[in-house]
Amino acid sequence: MTQINRLSSGGRIDRETPIRFVFNGRHYGGYRGDTLASALLANGVKVVGRSFKYGRPRGIVAAGAEEPNAIFQLGAEESTQVPNVRATQQEIFEGLVSRPTSGWPGLGFDLMGAAGKLFGRMLPPGFYYKTFMFPQSFWEVYEKYIRKAAGLGRSPRVPDADIYDHLNQHTDVLVVGAGPAGLSAALAAARTGARVILADEQAEPGGSLLYSRDLIDGEAPDRWLHNTLTELAGYEHVQVLTRATVNGYHDHNFLTIHERRSDHLSDRAPEGQARQRMHRVRAHWVVLATGAHERPLVFGHNDLPGCMLASAVSTYIRQYGVVPGRRLVLMTTNDYGYRTAFDWQDSGHEVVAVVDTRQNPEGPYQEEARARGLTLMRGCAVIEAKGGQQVTGAVIAPIDADGGRVTGATRVLACDTLASSGGWSPAVHLSCHTGSRPVWRDDIIGFVPGETVQRQLVAGAVDGTYSLAGCLREGLRAGVEAAVKAGYPSVPTAAPKVNELTEGEAMALFCVPHLKRTSRAPKQFVDFQTDVTAAAIELATREGFESIEHVKRYTAMGFGTDQGKLGNINGMAIAARSMNKTIPETGTTVFRPNYTPVTFGAIAGRHCDELFDPKRYTAMHPWHVEHGAKFEDVGQWKRPWYYPKPGETMQQALDRECRATRESIGILDASTLGKIDIQGKDAREFLGRVYTNAWAKLAVGKCRYGLMCGEDGMVFDDGVTSCLGEQHFLMTTTSGGAARVLEWLEFYHQTEWPELEVYFNTVTDHWATMSIAGPNSRKLLAELCDDIDLDRDAFRFMDWRQGTVAGVPARVFRISFTGELSFEINVQANYGLYVWEKLFEHGAKYNLTPYGTETMHILRAEKGFIIAGQDTDGAVHPYDLGMSWAVKEDKPFSFIGKRGMKRADCVREDRKQLVGLKTRNPKVVLPEGAQAVNDPNQPKPMTMLGHVTSSYYSANLGRSIAMGLIRDGFNRMGDTVYYPQTDGSVIEAEICSPIFLDPKGERQNV
Amino acid sequence: MSDVIDIDAIGEGQVAVMDQLPSGEIPAESPLHHLDSTVPTFTSKPAGVRLWEEALKGHLVLRGNAEDPTFQRGVEAALGMALPERLRSVQQGPLSLRWIAPDEWLLVCPGDQAAALEIRLRRHLSGHFAVVNVSGGQTLIHLAGPDAAMVLKKSCPYDLHEHNFPIGKVVTTVLAKTQATLCKIAADQWELVVRRSFADYAWRWLVDASAEYGLIGDTPATAAQRRASTGRHPVSSET
Amino acid sequence: MFYIHCPYCCEYREEEEFHAKGQAHIARPADPDQCSDEEWGTYLYFRKNPRGLHHEIWVHAIGCRKFFNVTRDTQTYEIKETYKMGEQPKVTSVSDTLETEEAAQ
Repeated sequence: MTQINRLSSGGRIDRETPIRFVFNGRHYGGYRGDTLASALLANGVKVVGRSFKYGRPRGIVAAGAEEPNAIFQLGAEESTQVPNVRATQQEIFEGLVSRPTSGWPGLGFDLMGAAGKLFGRMLPPGFYYKTFMFPQSFWEVYEKYIRKAAGLGRSPRVPDADIYDHLNQHTDVLVVGAGPAGLSAALAAARTGARVILADEQAEPGGSLLYSRDLIDGEAPDRWLHNTLTELAGYEHVQVLTRATVNGYHDHNFLTIHERRSDHLSDRAPEGQARQRMHRVRAHWVVLATGAHERPLVFGHNDLPGCMLASAVSTYIRQYGVVPGRRLVLMTTNDYGYRTAFDWQDSGHEVVAVVDTRQNPEGPYQEEARARGLTLMRGCAVIEAKGGQQVTGAVIAPIDADGGRVTGATRVLACDTLASSGGWSPAVHLSCHTGSRPVWRDDIIGFVPGETVQRQLVAGAVDGTYSLAGCLREGLRAGVEAAVKAGYPSVPTAAPKVNELTEGEAMALFCVPHLKRTSRAPKQFVDFQTDVTAAAIELATREGFESIEHVKRYTAMGFGTDQGKLGNINGMAIAARSMNKTIPETGTTVFRPNYTPVTFGAIAGRHCDELFDPKRYTAMHPWHVEHGAKFEDVGQWKRPWYYPKPGETMQQALDRECRATRESIGILDASTLGKIDIQGKDAREFLGRVYTNAWAKLAVGKCRYGLMCGEDGMVFDDGVTSCLGEQHFLMTTTSGGAARVLEWLEFYHQTEWPELEVYFNTVTDHWATMSIAGPNSRKLLAELCDDIDLDRDAFRFMDWRQGTVAGVPARVFRISFTGELSFEINVQANYGLYVWEKLFEHGAKYNLTPYGTETMHILRAEKGFIIAGQDTDGAVHPYDLGMSWAVKEDKPFSFIGKRGMKRADCVREDRKQLVGLKTRNPKVVLPEGAQAVNDPNQPKPMTMLGHVTSSYYSANLGRSIAMGLIRDGFNRMGDTVYYPQTDGSVIEAEICSPIFLDPKGERQNV
Repeated sequence: MSDVIDIDAIGEGQVAVMDQLPSGEIPAESPLHHLDSTVPTFTSKPAGVRLWEEALKGHLVLRGNAEDPTFQRGVEAALGMALPERLRSVQQGPLSLRWIAPDEWLLVCPGDQAAALEIRLRRHLSGHFAVVNVSGGQTLIHLAGPDAAMVLKKSCPYDLHEHNFPIGKVVTTVLAKTQATLCKIAADQWELVVRRSFADYAWRWLVDASAEYGLIGDTPATAAQRRASTGRHPVSSET
Repeated sequence: MFYIHCPYCCEYREEEEFHAKGQAHIARPADPDQCSDEEWGTYLYFRKNPRGLHHEIWVHAIGCRKFFNVTRDTQTYEIKETYKMGEQPKVTSVSDTLETEEAAQ
């Protein structure tokens, strides 16, 4: 197909650079500078999609972000698929491949379309709610087909081939929109020396100047545009971003800009370059110069391909050199719309009629229309479009002065394009994102930005100023004001002189009357993307939906990917009329980010794959990798989970690791434990306040286990703290709790007890910690350490000593989480791997076995040691754990948690308490989380007693072991409880002491 | 240990001071030593970014009351430089002292001087203060070149404009999903202090963010620095 | 995304550097053991949820690690002031004043 609608000259396209692209499986030609929409129109393509609900053929309506119909799926390969791209904003490039997102199974024959035609009357608003919710279980089936038919596009099924990134920016002035107002604002601000970002969603800055008929300083606006851009480009402190949509306006002037850096170049981004970039901008001041969207008029069959916005028709003619048809009927409520008729005529094609809905418009536009010999029909409206697959004619009738009804006979004019202008709706979206409500202005028949707490100024059409001179003037004023408010000296900039025709008053008309009442008239579409008609809105209000937010949700108006940019105001006005309310009374729905759809790629940026989340490593990590460790995530840490040997199952590896540790010696990388250095004369006092036990008498060289509770008395962390000096302690925390505990200590120090002289510093990363455990651990340590007396009486359990291990200065702690003789060796992390490897050199003869977190869990569970966060859940206090020995109630200071533990509920007799559990069948391992009941045959819902918190198979004991919470568990030793499983089976278990091994603690005291 | 440091002479048993460096020739491994070979070098275009680890430095956290003249004088006597002002760094020979918080500073020194400097500080300070050796817990990454600022803009939310971030300024802020203490040491050069366990992530992030500008990673000299044998530095007897 | 002035760094910083820590100016009872269950429950669990001005604690977690107070409008999300621990707000609402009077009585 040739470009039958391409004008022989004009437009801003590069006719020297032809481009081939694919739409819906067919090849087309266009030029560089074309959007997909302009190129398709140039090729005479009328139907670009099928509608959401009724499956009606749809064509291109608009030329910008408000386009509701030409929403395409892009991408030549599976990995470059992008859904929901507006053809009006996508430039073509060689090899571009696009398809309609709607219209399954095809544009030509449309199953849903046929259904829509047949059953259209049966698809009222709320149809899906009313029909497909029953039976509820069928919804999943319905949804699949509804979605497929609904034209929402699809995401790629393979990883995206491209990269995306984020850029944090700070600026004095962010100007949104590079139309005449935005350009002047940027220029005025830039001249003061302020840092300026000017962002525009289009490929080329200029906005309406790119197709305007007006003159600036006596010339086409191109000259002024060129000069302005050249000047801006010369400032180092100015960034002009194109193809960059400011899509969100958040609190405290934080805005996001979605920049498409290479979507216009090729299917894939150039190697190494981000395809799209999200700018995260903190702006001192913002100037919104977002312009306005033209409102289409609502009339019968107004969705037929060939029905377009008047300004879009002008844009295609003047900016792209494309005239979308041959015979134009223009309907307008205002003078500005006349320009489209002039542009059409200038392109050499026939203007059938200018239909002006106003009774007696008179002014320079009408004069020019007459001078051009145009047929002007005043006090008339197009009440219905004629045609099947596209517009073939317009039914025109006289209407009354307020547009309420048809007042005379109709006539039909043949045409192939029906342009309409119902006036303009300021693009207030961004101003609403932070919660500001827009304000209705009768004089401009539109909502303008309302009061805001943001440092925001507005300029131009977004504030209801539609004349070019006004936009330029307001832009300059806002630009200077923003810069001055941001602290820069004012530099006056004179506004250029503009020649434009003066406009008369416009008419407020949101729904063109028909001969039949709305419910009987041909469909009058308000929201094209979601197929919402004027009749549907009226029905919604009749059914009792009075709030505009409810009307929106019931009808789905504004729910498409276009967020109702085109139809919302008409829809609200129709709802208002139907409820006999004014538009301000009815109000508007809330606009939220994002302004246009944003790809997940741009949202994720580089936070994906390997960089999705930090992976924290210990100094010994390379050794673990080399020795085949399987890793477990503990917070962001990568901790060895277990070390399978070739051919071993996980359980076999665990059994081997557990046995080796109890029989000879095992080693654990414990570097991830949180470590907090505490110094100061009040350090000891502080510890006494935040731990539940006593610290007053802990001597230098000694360690003590402590429980940390919240003010509610519930355990939230635990660990061993060592006295390094009279005023110096080393606290350890759980691996996951390190940051939380440090912040907790600081919170109490800074907000409650600032008088205590103590400093907290994290040393988690500074020390590499390796824990050797097992009967041979003393022997191994002795081989590498000759300056600590390791004798059982010289270096006792819960002592620490300083010395050297493998030649490296170390602190060695004789503490044990396994119940075995155990030493925890701490060296500066830069030497961690060295010492670790030395231990293995000497440990081979003892079968030194590395073990991971899983074996650590089993070994500690054999001893009944808790893990805070696993055996506790924020509702468990020390007494529930049977750890009253760790609570010192008579400390002089009422430590954190003490009062909490005394609340009535905390001293109840029948609280859930942590006990040991032995399954009747020793081979069966209880699932963690399983709920205990007294009688498995009781009716549901059963009375639950508590859940299993830890459960393992213990190779050392030759049976399964578990710990769990049981209501009144301490008084139920020896009782049997039952754990019903999801498969219907029941596991029987006996309540016992949680200490399964070595209850006297003899193994660690050797 | 006590043959080198007389703990009693410093803190009278109040705090445990420990020279943590081995006396023999024992190799130390920096937090990034394992990444020697994974730094991609783009030679097709002039590199806009240089990235290297300044490995195995001594890092001491100093805590104290900045308003206290005794503390101020003590620090100056021990280090030969006054405490930096808020959000600033000061330099004295091989030592740099960064403001971290109103009561916290970071002293970076040659790797073998951490213990000696801790002792010097403790000898000169009195009252409520703390010195913590964190040399194993963090490292320094240098980011330099004409596009270094762009790489940081991709990574940090802080305003890097020269008006807001002059040479000598220090800011602890977000770096991707971890954090770093940034210090601007020249017009297009920053020093980043990152925690050991996050260093791998931070490095990979910076390499990735640098890719489009062309990156020169380690030189053999800086790479070698990451695995170095550092002997113990004798404690200075001066007071 | 707030832009928060840290009264210790004396600079505006991005919200990402901070953690919110709830309502400010809640003193821990001097003698918890003398509190009734109800008093302790009030201290532990009962918080304001005002529409309008709210005094709250934030911490400059990725920064100077200092806790400080923020007076924030919960409707507009405006931050009216930030001030150091131990200081009193300058921007207060009527309900703040009433409470102070109640406490005085």
